[in-house]
Amino acid sequence: MAANLSALLYLVAGVLFILALRGLSSPATSRKGNLYGMVGMGIAILTTVVFHPPADVGSWLIIILGMAIGGGIGAVVAKRVPMTAMPQLVAAFHSGVGLAAVFVAAGALYAPEAFGLGSVGTIHGGSLVEMSLGVAIGAVTFTGSIIAFLKLDGRMSGKPIMLPQRHLLNIVLGALLVVLIAVFVATESHVVFWFIALVSFVLGVTLIIPIGGADMPVVVSMLNSYSGWAAAGIGFTLGNLALIITGALVGSSGAILSYIMCKGMNRSFISVILGGFGGDSAAAAGGGAVETRPVKQGSADDAAFLMKNAAKVIIVPGYGMAVAQAQHALREMADKLKEEGVEVKYAIHPVAGRMPGHMNVLLAEANVPYDEVFELEDINSEFAQADVAFVIGANDVTNPAAKTDPASPIFGMPILDVEKAKTVLFIKRGMGSGYAGVENELFFKDNTMMLFGDAKKMVESILKSL
Amino acid sequence: MANLTPEEALERARAAAEAARQAAEAAQTYADYAADMVGSVAHAATGGAVDPTVFRLAIFVLAVFVGYYVVWSVTPALHTPLMSVTNAISSVIVVGALLAVGVSAMPDLGAGPWWAKAFGFIALILASINIFGGFLVTQRMLAMYKKKG
Repeated sequence: MAANLSALLYLVAGVLFILALRGLSSPATSRKGNLYGMVGMGIAILTTVVFHPPADVGSWLIIILGMAIGGGIGAVVAKRVPMTAMPQLVAAFHSGVGLAAVFVAAGALYAPEAFGLGSVGTIHGGSLVEMSLGVAIGAVTFTGSIIAFLKLDGRMSGKPIMLPQRHLLNIVLGALLVVLIAVFVATESHVVFWFIALVSFVLGVTLIIPIGGADMPVVVSMLNSYSGWAAAGIGFTLGNLALIITGALVGSSGAILSYIMCKGMNRSFISVILGGFGGDSAAAAGGGAVETRPVKQGSADDAAFLMKNAAKVIIVPGYGMAVAQAQHALREMADKLKEEGVEVKYAIHPVAGRMPGHMNVLLAEANVPYDEVFELEDINSEFAQADVAFVIGANDVTNPAAKTDPASPIFGMPILDVEKAKTVLFIKRGMGSGYAGVENELFFKDNTMMLFGDAKKMVESILKSL
Repeated sequence: MANLTPEEALERARAAAEAARQAAEAAQTYADYAADMVGSVAHAATGGAVDPTVFRLAIFVLAVFVGYYVVWSVTPALHTPLMSVTNAISSVIVVGALLAVGVSAMPDLGAGPWWAKAFGFIALILASINIFGGFLVTQRMLAMYKKKG
């Protein structure tokens, strides 16, 4: 009876998690959705401690201590982290889920009685398979996310790091993993269990290290997916419905986001995983001769004049805006323009920034109303009617070579048609190429005016001139 | 038939009887076989012998489909909060950590439970960071999304 009741409560928690994701279909319902998620988590935790009470007072104290430490750290981090650092934070969180999966599997292996899996030495084969899948995916997620975190946080070069024979290495590690899992299932050996974890840790590093900075939106989504599958693996071991449902939700969520990101770059998932994109090699393709062509350079005053007299301005933010923390100045500029009677809209490319939806969060942080912010498909046709396209910190996502030059590495990628606007204003620090290492033809067009300088300072001086 | 001797007639009758008996036996075997089949099918249908893992797998597969449709309906503007909230909910793995920490660790049970407690404690801290951090940072982000005016 108790077992049925607790299973039903876990099911309720799982359903609340589904509702939490459902709420995100619109900003208006999203806050309620988040609340559902919290309630679901509360139900899951209470159900566990009520139906499987800790064995003694000491265990209760350890639980309270652990939750206080973790909860305290989590709350402080959530409060302090700047919005520009969300990609790093999310990567760090993924690593936490991955490592937690490893340790929960270890706990189940060392004390199977507590998990209803029999006793040491007699754990059911199926449970061992589930356990080893949970630990392997969890461990890959852990080290992979650490690498992603280091790259996103700038503590490690965003350039792809090519290990010699990396494909062979990954295949060998993968095969070794399969053998180790087979041995583990047959023997239930604790030593082999840790070997599985170890090999998976190494695999996580070798899988993520060759992937360049520009592909990070895919990597972050992919690790999101992995953390879900790891949770589902543990859910099967524990026979816990909340974990199984959540794992499936998170796993498919991450997979869909990876798909959307890949489509946004017109790259196959496989080619992203194999890595090596966004290195120096591609930069050579642009050629030295092209860079000597003249560009039209403008000042903040020119930009202010152009935009003040425009009827419609579309702002295209990119990662450069996040780096320069220019979103607040940008919103002030937009407000000023609106006072002057200019229609202002924002256009977001699916892979702008370092994670899905990164730009939207930054604009929201700067109090930009979400109904002024549009996705690529919704706004692309409007560039033709716009007087000014204001590109701030974006590059590759506006490059017309993606449409015209079949030799370009970004050929086929959907782009924002900024070149159709009457004037294109381009804020850039210098003439460097984007992450794809491709020269942007747009810089040399007659209707393009380059504004060289730090994005934030430039926007501030435009604001002054307005 | 007229020239059939009584011995021959007897012999034939015996053969016929033998054939009939064999046919009956075969029929009986088939019938038993069929009954077994029906029995096992009925048994499976009533759920008597289905491994719980299969039920879990069914729930898992259905949840993958639910996730697929629910996530496609998420507006792209909220993809970052989607990632942070999925982070938070995947930390429901904390239930495993709670079980591991809560094991009874008597000295006579050996070192295993103590190890489980230690692993569980680490997992508990990690999961708690994600639960609190994930939900709170999501809340912080969502609070920023405002409509015009």
